[in-house]
Amino acid sequence: MIDIKSETQGYVAHGVSACAGCGMELIIRNILDVLGDDTTVVIPPGCSALFCGFGKETALKIPAFQGNLENSAAYATGIRAGYRAQGNNHTTVLVYAGDGGTLDIGLQSLSGMMERGEDVLYVCYDNEAYMNTGIQGSSATPFHAWSTTTPAGKNVMKKDLLSIAIAHRVPYCASCSMGNIPDLRHKFEKAKSIQGPRVIHVFSPCPTGWGIKPAKSVEVSRMAIQTGMWILYEYEYGKLKVNIKPKSLEPICTYLKMQKRFKQVTDEQMEELQQLVTANYNKMLKMEKI
Amino acid sequence: MQKQQISVLAKQKKYNALGPCANIFTSINTGSWRLERPEVNYSECVKCGICAMYCPANVITINKTEKECVQFMWDYCKGCGICANECPKSCIAMIEEKEGE
Repeated sequence: MIDIKSETQGYVAHGVSACAGCGMELIIRNILDVLGDDTTVVIPPGCSALFCGFGKETALKIPAFQGNLENSAAYATGIRAGYRAQGNNHTTVLVYAGDGGTLDIGLQSLSGMMERGEDVLYVCYDNEAYMNTGIQGSSATPFHAWSTTTPAGKNVMKKDLLSIAIAHRVPYCASCSMGNIPDLRHKFEKAKSIQGPRVIHVFSPCPTGWGIKPAKSVEVSRMAIQTGMWILYEYEYGKLKVNIKPKSLEPICTYLKMQKRFKQVTDEQMEELQQLVTANYNKMLKMEKI
Repeated sequence: MQKQQISVLAKQKKYNALGPCANIFTSINTGSWRLERPEVNYSECVKCGICAMYCPANVITINKTEKECVQFMWDYCKGCGICANECPKSCIAMIEEKEGE
């Protein structure tokens, strides 16, 4: 069926038109490496749509489907139902959506999918704005971050996807980061073996939108873990576990100063943000003990 | 173009697909984007494979038996510099790509 014109090591083509240093590209390579070729991918429009290809050309060796922005989870439900009707219970149905397609536009279909308990693996790669259309602020944009629609810094907090997922009582949900690939691969191996709705939230820096050098994107994601801006945890059958606990949290100014999008943050705002981040980290540690 | 693609799919016996479908797997020559090129100091390299693990384009292979153990696919390397930034021994340097070389 598929006409292979250039050879690759994995299931994704080597030359894809993602920007240099893009986190999304590294993440999908590792996900498909773990999940294997018995996977069907649903991709909404966005940066990740480049994997579905343009016209006749594709960048994935496995079946992929490009739907609309607001209903990726609903499409995945339909594909899963089709497979079940064929007697196929082994194929993993993967949704690979950005933060806009998950937290703003696709939230209702994701909520419906989690409520019905469909056997779908939903991955949100979070680059914290609408990067494909020109860095517009989304509901995943962090507090005080610049974007073209929040030029003086966003004045509300970021939505918490995993708390929304936990409220739907999903069997498994986890947060991963581009800065810790062994942890990411381990979580996807675990997610592959579990039945039911699974939600994975992946931190994925965007060098273009965040104002960082392409070479620094892995370093920035590691710094986000060290400062507590991004917490690596997993929730499995009602039990929450924080996977990476830094010995002491670094001050968030080291993370903010690496990026141009936080250039306008004043010292008072930084202090406010520091308190929120520390409180959130301590809350996670308390939730682990419940 | 859509009609063409449907006619290709209609000939397939194994799969019964409807609608336009991309069925040519190909790579763009992203190596032409590169402004800087990674160069490895092989005498310091410990062959840990961290550069290959974090390469977004997956173009690095570690061949432990050879002396020049870190091999790049120059057709696809975008020159982002993550390998040089992540190397624990700092033995990868980014050198400017000159025209015609």
